Amino acid sequence: MAFLEIIGLRKRFASMEILKGIDITLEKGGFLVLVGPSGCGKSTLLNTIAGLETISEGEIRVEGRAINNLHPSKRDIAMVFQSYALYPNMTVAQNIAFALEMRGVPKAEREAAVAEAARTLQIGHLLKRKPSQLSGGQRQRVAMGRALVRNPRIFLFDEPLSNLDAKLRVDMRVEIKRLHQATRATIVYVTHDQIEAMTLATKIAVLKEGEIQQVGTPYEIYNRPANLFVADFMGSPAMNLMDAVVAAGSGRTEIRLTREGGEIRLPIPSSVTADGLGEGRKVVLGIRPEAITDRNGADRTSKAIEIVEAQVDVVEPAGSDTFVVTRLAGKEVTARMPADADVRAGARVPFAFNLDKALLFDPATGLRL
Amino acid sequence: MTSLASVAAPAGPVGGSRLGKILVYGVLLLFALFFLLPLFVMIVTSFKTLDEIRDGNMLALPVAPTIEPWIKAWGEACIGLTCAGIKGYFWNSIKMVVPAVAISTMLGALNGYVLTKWRFAGHKLVFGLMLFACFIPFQSVLIPMARILGLLGLANGTPGLVLVHVVYGLGFTTLFFRNYYEAFPSELIKAAQIDGAGFFQIFWRIILPSSGPIIVVTVIFQFTNIWNDFLFGSSFASGESAPMTVALNNLVATSTGVREYNVDMAAAMFAAIPTLLVYVLAGRYFVRGLMAGAVKG
Ligand SMILES: Nc1ncnc2c1ncn2[C@@H]1O[C@H](COP(=O)(O)OP(=O)(O)OP(=O)(O)O)[C@@H](O)[C@H]1O
Ligand SMILES: [Mg+2]
Repeated sequence: MAFLEIIGLRKRFASMEILKGIDITLEKGGFLVLVGPSGCGKSTLLNTIAGLETISEGEIRVEGRAINNLHPSKRDIAMVFQSYALYPNMTVAQNIAFALEMRGVPKAEREAAVAEAARTLQIGHLLKRKPSQLSGGQRQRVAMGRALVRNPRIFLFDEPLSNLDAKLRVDMRVEIKRLHQATRATIVYVTHDQIEAMTLATKIAVLKEGEIQQVGTPYEIYNRPANLFVADFMGSPAMNLMDAVVAAGSGRTEIRLTREGGEIRLPIPSSVTADGLGEGRKVVLGIRPEAITDRNGADRTSKAIEIVEAQVDVVEPAGSDTFVVTRLAGKEVTARMPADADVRAGARVPFAFNLDKALLFDPATGLRL
Repeated sequence: MTSLASVAAPAGPVGGSRLGKILVYGVLLLFALFFLLPLFVMIVTSFKTLDEIRDGNMLALPVAPTIEPWIKAWGEACIGLTCAGIKGYFWNSIKMVVPAVAISTMLGALNGYVLTKWRFAGHKLVFGLMLFACFIPFQSVLIPMARILGLLGLANGTPGLVLVHVVYGLGFTTLFFRNYYEAFPSELIKAAQIDGAGFFQIFWRIILPSSGPIIVVTVIFQFTNIWNDFLFGSSFASGESAPMTVALNNLVATSTGVREYNVDMAAAMFAAIPTLLVYVLAGRYFVRGLMAGAVKG
């Protein structure tokens, strides 16, 4: 039985439905990351789990028991807010101990718990300061400390790293991961950051306009996106999506992409499970930038490398790799080549498409085929 | 200050800004002197003997300063038929203003807290009505207020005045605190709820300790208004229980032959000192509080 179960959850503000039937389960010790565009209802979902928002329909269960009618303080959850929400009038130590104090934990025990949390987060030297005297990263740690001392059944994080600069984000991300591995806590985590989602999650849920698009492991979400939205949303640079048509080729069914002065013929990717792709059917070919390389960089274990010659539009060196942009099927297509690849804008070069890693989508429904 | 000036200077035409500054400060100085003049006259008069007042210049400093008028005003001057000075009335005012300010500020804070952080259906209407209370002229509530005080058995006394001032001040204090708490992050309240704090625990432990500036603003505002009030005082508390302002009026109006300007002025100074004191002690916060509100909007 799953540890956290969200069943048919709906949330309406006045007449507006913000969450439209959410079903998610999370096992004990799991790390669920909620991603989605701004305003899709991530924070609202987190707030309903915390009990800060009532729900209109559905149920939230923890260890098999419904908690949706419990007061936030009775749910045994801890939440880290985007703004950290540290009490400005209290010291760091008082902030961390506040929840314990409210629960009537004796002073000696409280102090021990604070010391323990401070040691884990390395904020022992800050305990006597006020939040206004801390840096962003230190505040973030105090906010985590406040959640940690509680030792709750579930941790909720609402974009805890979004206020930090890039370097600190990476450090804190690693720290959160380490913390999760050390404590085996059950965590629900909201983020906008692709990399945070991919590195931290044991499970990712992609939301759009209050509906779940896909729930799965980071690998599944990245390599087997359920529809065009997930394919486009996850990954940076985004997956290349090109319009194509199914056609009968010489001894095989192929897909054809139009291009200036002709067309490209490619085999049907092996990932396609749907059968009966009729001739003339419109499809969308999805292929990630790293599956398009130069000839030398092509994956040698792949059985379906196709070489396509095309003119280079733009070359974007990105340090470890170089992104090469060309135009195919009326769309910009990005390829990921080694940093030392010898390509110049305007040149015609061969691109190696790894069709093993390619996907097909139905343009009408958006679903993967 | 210097850094501010040096930054601002290049913006305006050179030379013109200096002249402008002199003009601005000159005008400000003039107005300040003009406003301080009555206070100056009051103070010097209160230290003069009657003879000196009669013969001398109003603006002149006392030749032979005496605190006799102050002593007389405090303990001996005649108000109506009794000649025990204004000290009794001074304490009446204190007994009125302290609870009235404390209660109205406290209730205003609670109202502001509920109206921003524990919203209920119709909270806008309730706030609108409370705002409306700020615009009701004093005079129009006199008769209904008198009737209510009569029914409560609080007519003619300090407790009645406290009630009147609390009720009348509530609109203002609620307005102040509501606007201040509007900008107070709601996430703190949510965090505290998750931490297990209840309605009053959140209020005492988190909201109030962060309300310093607005409390100061409210206290100054309420203190000045209530201390200086004459209308309610003269309507609902006469004779022995009258507040300072009413007694001062009676003192000046009581004529026993010679008009003792020096005693009148000393008594007026007694009436003015508490508000002056509150301004001096808390004035810095007053300005800061107003600014904080303006920036947070
Ligand atoms: N109290 C409320 N009343 C009405 N609508 C609300 C309320 N709270 C949130 N909403 C609406 O619900 C939708 C989802 O909001 P939510 O804060 O959950 O988005 P989010 O996914 O967390 O976005 P972001 O990534 O920007 O934080 C938004 O369209 C928002 O306008
Ligand atoms: Mg959000």
